[in-house]
This record gives sequence, C-alpha cells and structure tokens, in this order.
Amino acid sequence: MSRAGDQDRLEVHIKQKSYRKASGGELQVLGALSIAVTSGEIAALIGPSGCGKTTLLRIIVGLDADFEGTVRLPARGRLGVVFQEPRLLPWRTVEENVRLAAPQASAAALDVLFGTLELSAHRRHYPAELSLGLARRTALARAFAVEPELLVLDEPFVSLDAELATRLRAELAELVARRPVTTLLVSHDVDEVIGLADRVFLLSASPARVLADVPIQNPRSARSAEEIALIRNELSRKAITAI
Amino acid sequence: MNLAVRLASIALLLAVWFAAAHLAGPRLLPSPQAVGLAIVAEARSGALAFNLGVTLARVGAAFSIAMALGTVFGFVMGRVRLADRIGDPWLVLLLNLPALVIIVLAYIWAGLTETAALAAVVLNKLPLATVTVREGARALDRNLDEMASVFRMSRWKRLRHVVLPQLSPYLAAASRSGLSLVWKIVLIVELLGRPNGVGFEIGVAFQLFDVTRILAYALAFVAVMLAIETFLVQPFERYVSRWRPRPA
Repeated sequence: MSRAGDQDRLEVHIKQKSYRKASGGELQVLGALSIAVTSGEIAALIGPSGCGKTTLLRIIVGLDADFEGTVRLPARGRLGVVFQEPRLLPWRTVEENVRLAAPQASAAALDVLFGTLELSAHRRHYPAELSLGLARRTALARAFAVEPELLVLDEPFVSLDAELATRLRAELAELVARRPVTTLLVSHDVDEVIGLADRVFLLSASPARVLADVPIQNPRSARSAEEIALIRNELSRKAITAI
Repeated sequence: MNLAVRLASIALLLAVWFAAAHLAGPRLLPSPQAVGLAIVAEARSGALAFNLGVTLARVGAAFSIAMALGTVFGFVMGRVRLADRIGDPWLVLLLNLPALVIIVLAYIWAGLTETAALAAVVLNKLPLATVTVREGARALDRNLDEMASVFRMSRWKRLRHVVLPQLSPYLAAASRSGLSLVWKIVLIVELLGRPNGVGFEIGVAFQLFDVTRILAYALAFVAVMLAIETFLVQPFERYVSRWRPRPA
C-alpha cells in the first residue's frame, strides 16, 4: 500500500462505550471493536437498528469524546458528514448552506456539484421550500463541497421512496468515482450496501461488536445481479453463524 | 381592505373621544381639535421637538444598554447551568421589585442625575430582556450546533449564521415589549427627577391641571413610537423572517 493511502486510512479501535442511564447505572452500547477503512474505499456498517451505529459515527466524527479507545482520522482530517436528517440552516438558502460549510469551494466546482445532484434550479431556495429528497441532496452537496478526506453518511437515504433512493445512490457512486474519498456509510438496508460498498462491516446487536468484515472485490459498476445475490447470501449466513 | 378597517377603527375612536369630551366638558377632557391645536402650539415654540428629542434619547440609550446586557446575560444563563443558578435569584429579585422602588432608590443613592435616571430604567428592563433571551438560548437546536462543529465553522460564523438567527424571534419579542416598557418608565423617571423631557412636561401640566397639555405630549410621543414600530421594528422583523414560508 502507498504511503499516501496509508495516511488517508481511517482506523477505529474502541474498547467500550457506555451511557449513564437516567435511572442510574450504565448501559453499554459499544463492545470492543476495530474497523479500518483504506483510502478511497466505501465501507458500510450494517446492523440491527439500535445497535449503536449512530453512536459509533458520532465518536468517529468527534461529537462524542466520552469513550474508551482511539480514533485515527485520515491525515488533514477534513470531514464531510451527512446526518440522518438533512440538518440545513432554515434561514440560509441551499447555496448559502453549502458555501458556509465549504467556503473554499470554487464557483465552478459548485456548479458541477449542483448539476450532478440536480439542484441547479434550487440554489436560491430556502430549506422550507424543499422536499425531503431535495433537502437530502443539499446535505450531500454540502458534504461533498468540503472535498473531505473522510465522508461519513448516516442512513442518508432513509424514508425516501425507493426510486429516488436508487437515483441518489447512483449520484453518490458517481461523486465518489469522480473524487475518491474514504467513505463510511451506515445503513440497515442490505441491498443499499451491496450496491455501493467495497467493504461491509456486519455489526451485532447492542452492545455492538464486529461480527464480520466482508470485502467485496468487484468494482461497483461491474456487479451483476447474480453476484449481488451471492453477496447477500454470504452476509446473511455470516450474520446467522455469528449468533 | 385592511387599511379601510384600520381607518374606520381610528374614526370610531375619535368619535368616542368627541362624545366623551362633550359630556365631560373641556376641563376634564378637551376635544381632539383642542389637543391638536396644543400640539401645534408646542411644536411652533420648539418645546415639543426638544422634549420629544430628550425623551427619545433617554429611551434609545436605556433600551440599547438593557438589550445589550440582557442578551449577553440571557445567553450565558441559557447555556451555562452554573451561571443560571447564580443569576436566577438576582433575576427574581429584579423582576419583582416595583419600578417605582428602583427609581426612587436610584435617585436617593446616585442623586438626581442623568446616570441615576438611565440606570433605573435599565434595571427595570434588564430582567425581562434576560429572561426572554435565556428562553431562546435554552431552545437552541443541538443538531445544528453539531453540524457546525463537524464542518469546522469558526466561532464568528456559528454566532452569525447558526445562533443569532435562532435567537432573533426572542430578540424581536424582547425589543417589542421592551420599547413600550422603557418609554413608560422613562416618563416616570423624568417626572420624578429630571428638568426636561415628556415626563417632566406632563408633571408640570399635572400640577396646573392642564389636561390638554398632558394629552398633547402623550399623543405626540405615541406617534413617535408608532413611527419607530412601523418604519424600524416591523421591516427588521420582516427581514429576519424572510426565510419562513408564507401562505401564498
């Protein structure tokens, strides 16, 4: 592996993470787990809902410092994050929302980005004037405009209709193909993950551990339906044997 | 349509005033035109503009100081629990101390000075501004704060684009109620211990039992405040809420 690739690696080693419960006592949400994602790779975290996926992401992006373990971000460590909800500033337009997060982005780069995500007609709209799909795309645009070393997506396509989710997944794949970036995608949708990821981390129920680390060899564009079915079978087999 | 209703309402008010003046007699309640003539006479002599100006300057100074301090205190109390615990008893005390007590004490302790007058008005308005802004600071959206943090926004950028827009409805509410409260208290302060201003003039008129002059000054000042509300406060509110969807 090249040096540059090594620097842009994401490495997470967690000993454990607990929350203090309101009723007193502690609730462990993450067990001992390690994940490593190499530069330019799309890694997916899948696991049952409530298993601690979002907690893990919050630790990785630095929103939660109360845990035992270490997180090594890619060198320079610029982050692009797409939260479960779009989290746009309602009082700023689509374009202002993107520019505030990415002040260094050139006008030309933004033009291309808005074009790819079909947001060009909505640049001057306020978030309240957008559908959920458009708001999600704006959140994607914001994360990409930063030109991050690490892109983190927390169920970015949840509660969208299937057709739109498929389109957005394709757009995400296109954006990552254009500018390779270490990507961590959280999902509970196996199909979504198989279509996008280069590596899948299968997480257990809470407290989360890594049940399996499954690399997917073929490039995204070349995956046939048979192959996808095969990967799906393998994932479900691993999930069952691990329990 | 809206304007017509407004005008009709004002016409009704004038009609009621006319009728009441007729019943009560000019000594107790002078007619609208007598008050109008008094306003014109005071304006001609220059006394009206001078006194309105003096009072407006006091309102402006006290309002600005109280809003600035109230915003800072309210924000800190809304964000830092320890500050809230320390500040809360003070707030309760100031909120429940009658305006008159604060004014009289200020004049006794600091003399019949401009500083004492302004301090008394500020202390009356400050707790209300603080409480309103504190509510706003408590209601700040954590999700947006986290967003700003992962995208490494600077402190200034966060304040300007994330925090202040969320506080703006609370600041607007504090300003609106504050402006009308401050001018009423300024009048009392002027009545009790200042040699000029609308409050002082009304005090003199009270001693002479000159209802015409009381109404002339009061209405002239209400007109000034109405103008400020219409031409400053409302356009500002429209500007800060321009992103809110409006019914078409």
